[in-house]
Amino acid sequence: MTQALLEDARQRLWVPAGIEQQDVDRLMGRLMGRDVDLGELYFQYQRHESWALEDGIVKDGAYSVDQGVGVRAVAGEKTGFAYAEDIMLPSLTAATEAARSITRLGQSGSVPAPFRQTVPARYGATDPIRSVSEEVKVAVLGQVDTLARSLDPRVREVNVRLAASHESVLVVASDGTLAADVRPLVRLDVSVIVEQNGRRERGSAGAGGRFELSRLVADGTAESLAKEAVRTALVNLDAEDAPAGPMTVVLGPGWPGVLLHEAVGHGLEGDFNRKGSSAFSNRVGEQVASTLCTVVDDGTLDERRGSLTVDDEGTPTQATVLIEKGILKGYMQDKQNARLMGVSSTGNGRRQSYAHMPMPRMTNTFMQPGTHDPEEIISSVGKGIYAVNFGGGQVDITSGRFVFSATEAYRIEGGRLTRPIRGATLIGNGPEVMTRISMVGKDLALDRGVGVCGKDGQSVPVGVGQPTLRIDEVVVGGTSTG
Amino acid sequence: MTNQLPDLRDSEQRLKNRVQDILAEAGRQGASAAEVSVSEDVGLSVTVRMRDLESVEFNHDRGFGITVYFGQRKGSASTSDSSVEAIRETVRAAANIARHTQEDPCAGLADPDRMAHDLPDLDLYHPWDIDPEAAQTLALECEAAGLGFDQRVRNSDGASVSSQRSCRVYGNSHGFVGGYVGSRHSISCVLIAADDAGMQRDYWYTTDRNPDALEAARAVGLEAGRRAVAKLSPRKVKTGAFPVAFSAQTAGGLAGHLLGAISGGALYRRASFLPDSLGAQVAAEHLTFSEAPHLPGALGSAAFDGEGVATAAKAFIDRGSVASYILSSYSGRKLGLATTGNAGGVFNLTVSGRTLPVDELLKELGSGLLVTDLMGQGVNPVTGDYSRGATGFWVDRGEIAYPVDEITIAANLKDMFRGLVCLGDDLDMRGNIRAPTVLIDRMTLAGD
Repeated sequence: MTQALLEDARQRLWVPAGIEQQDVDRLMGRLMGRDVDLGELYFQYQRHESWALEDGIVKDGAYSVDQGVGVRAVAGEKTGFAYAEDIMLPSLTAATEAARSITRLGQSGSVPAPFRQTVPARYGATDPIRSVSEEVKVAVLGQVDTLARSLDPRVREVNVRLAASHESVLVVASDGTLAADVRPLVRLDVSVIVEQNGRRERGSAGAGGRFELSRLVADGTAESLAKEAVRTALVNLDAEDAPAGPMTVVLGPGWPGVLLHEAVGHGLEGDFNRKGSSAFSNRVGEQVASTLCTVVDDGTLDERRGSLTVDDEGTPTQATVLIEKGILKGYMQDKQNARLMGVSSTGNGRRQSYAHMPMPRMTNTFMQPGTHDPEEIISSVGKGIYAVNFGGGQVDITSGRFVFSATEAYRIEGGRLTRPIRGATLIGNGPEVMTRISMVGKDLALDRGVGVCGKDGQSVPVGVGQPTLRIDEVVVGGTSTG
Repeated sequence: MTNQLPDLRDSEQRLKNRVQDILAEAGRQGASAAEVSVSEDVGLSVTVRMRDLESVEFNHDRGFGITVYFGQRKGSASTSDSSVEAIRETVRAAANIARHTQEDPCAGLADPDRMAHDLPDLDLYHPWDIDPEAAQTLALECEAAGLGFDQRVRNSDGASVSSQRSCRVYGNSHGFVGGYVGSRHSISCVLIAADDAGMQRDYWYTTDRNPDALEAARAVGLEAGRRAVAKLSPRKVKTGAFPVAFSAQTAGGLAGHLLGAISGGALYRRASFLPDSLGAQVAAEHLTFSEAPHLPGALGSAAFDGEGVATAAKAFIDRGSVASYILSSYSGRKLGLATTGNAGGVFNLTVSGRTLPVDELLKELGSGLLVTDLMGQGVNPVTGDYSRGATGFWVDRGEIAYPVDEITIAANLKDMFRGLVCLGDDLDMRGNIRAPTVLIDRMTLAGD
């Protein structure tokens, strides 16, 4: 981490409240009761802005500022947590007293001197909200609307939303952590409704990442999203009922990687495995997927939505191999679960905000490419479906059962794509489905940067990706049994 | 810090004054109209796992949001910062947005003559004087009961006791200022059962504004254990078309899809599978959805909606027909209709209709599926296409036979509500939507 980032965060978070290093040291001393393994102060300041177009006009915009300090005391498997939404010493002191209440009263512990690691920043520190003028933001939304409507006369409604946030965090912990990060995050979403002969369908597309807003506005992204949203809506206008029952499924590259997120990702988070509540618990070293599968969680990718220079515990992110050639290699860890399982944090300790406790979460989760041409994979299927777009998914990590719902899919008949089918949900058991992956394409792609992952009521931005995959059998939940 | 939560009755007047200060600032900055929401929430949540304390969380949130109007232009801003300076800065940020948004003929506050005048005490605030130690004791009792239910309950994802208090004040430049304090408490438990076929999890919870009305902690744990064990060794079902019953716990979500389809936002965006449906028959002729916003002590009660408009009891679906859309002032104007006092949604909605005891409902089902859990987001609100993951029990000739999972259930919501056969007598009162078990005549199940 650069000195500049740390200084930036101090200026933003400590200086306005008159907080100095010695105040933080004193709070940390109070927090460290006799049994406390880890004491932590997490300072955060976040600004968010969004603009929305509907009915051809930019009718709404919103701006928010959120700031606060999360205070955590960890003792073995126990955690005490409190927060203050003003960064002022009296509130901080009160939160510290509340957080330490889990431990028996004892002498204050000692805190080692902070250390800093040098970590290359994974994104720029420029404020994306200010990187483009309001006039340009409003104009871009209007251009997307005009373009989408010009693409096809069947386009009836267009909604466009542009959002940007800028976040400063500073983490001080009793293990010597002193880390700062300044994080930009932007996204642009387009959704349309098309209508023909009384039938209506929707289509949507979005893109984003940790970079300046000017990138979304300038490089043709807005145009491509408008075209994509209209295209998918029109495809669905012609779609017929999806089939029902077990069948061969080919998944397209990129966003369908939500399969990995649900089928294996959550089940490999350290907390579930420490508690023994995951279908993957105690299975490191075992075959949990076909030998074609190598799955990685990588928070270091430049400017990706799921990337972080350091996680929310101040640990640098890394590329963690979860599954290598089908063998389970390890779990994603935060500090507490890593310590309890006798391993190191993998830089996956994340939290929605200062007001939430950190836990192991994914960053960018994807499968490494294989050797097949995508066309070869589709032509290998006599009868099945090809799904290229998904709305989202969910998993029950204990049974391993997961679902995800297609928003664009086609029948495969005789090795060729034929008719589009309406939204169908795929359901399976993670460890079972992964062993049925029989072909992996060479076309690895990551999603365009709109993923949101929910766990225990906390949302964080994530990325997913995969090459084209063939799964020999998955249950497809359509309505057509013929 | 004491472990006692503050009494938020003391906050209401302070927050009302704050609303006035913020509205005054908006006026100084030139806004032609403005509306403000201010809130304060405090709470405590204690979780135990495997008979030991896992976490103690204190929460205390404050914040406000403002929307300013400059004629027909609008801008919003919010902050968690409670300083005086933050008022000026936040109003300025909202005004800056409004300078750049475009004129919207439908924008603006609700009409002044619709503001609520009577603000009855709805008995929403029942603070629970519970400290972390007492909460821990209760959570331990809850989890222990569940772990002891059956040898096959082998693991736990924890039992929690949570107690929350909130104060909300809304005001606008018509001169309306209204506020209320409320409380909500819960006890919940998540348990994991295991046998040779694998692990299954399930949960149970109780929640109420009044701590004295909560189910006993022990009962919550036992029910979580019973449910987890009941799911063990699930089978798959044959693909085909069958009758499907949604348990009371899943039926509220199903009712929500119909409510969404008659909500103003979806209607004016043409994003509803029931456009232009006012007065039309959209569901079985016995089915009624009605709201009762003034029920004392109920979770969804409020005397005014999200823009100060008086709430009132009414039916949205009356014997299968759309009796009223669900509208705010804005969506009403977009549709050429008056607000229904539902900015922010419905208040204490109850699903009623032809009702049978649940065992008789299962007899009427015959052979098919009883759904106890749903997964995924496979609902298309524009077309009504419905395809979701389901877990539950196979019902054979009116009797629950065995657990089933890894099933999808699919149909179109329009057909599902028209084909709604009957309701159970087991209304789930724990949420803002109160629904009983619901029997649908036919859906496509996909399994083996």
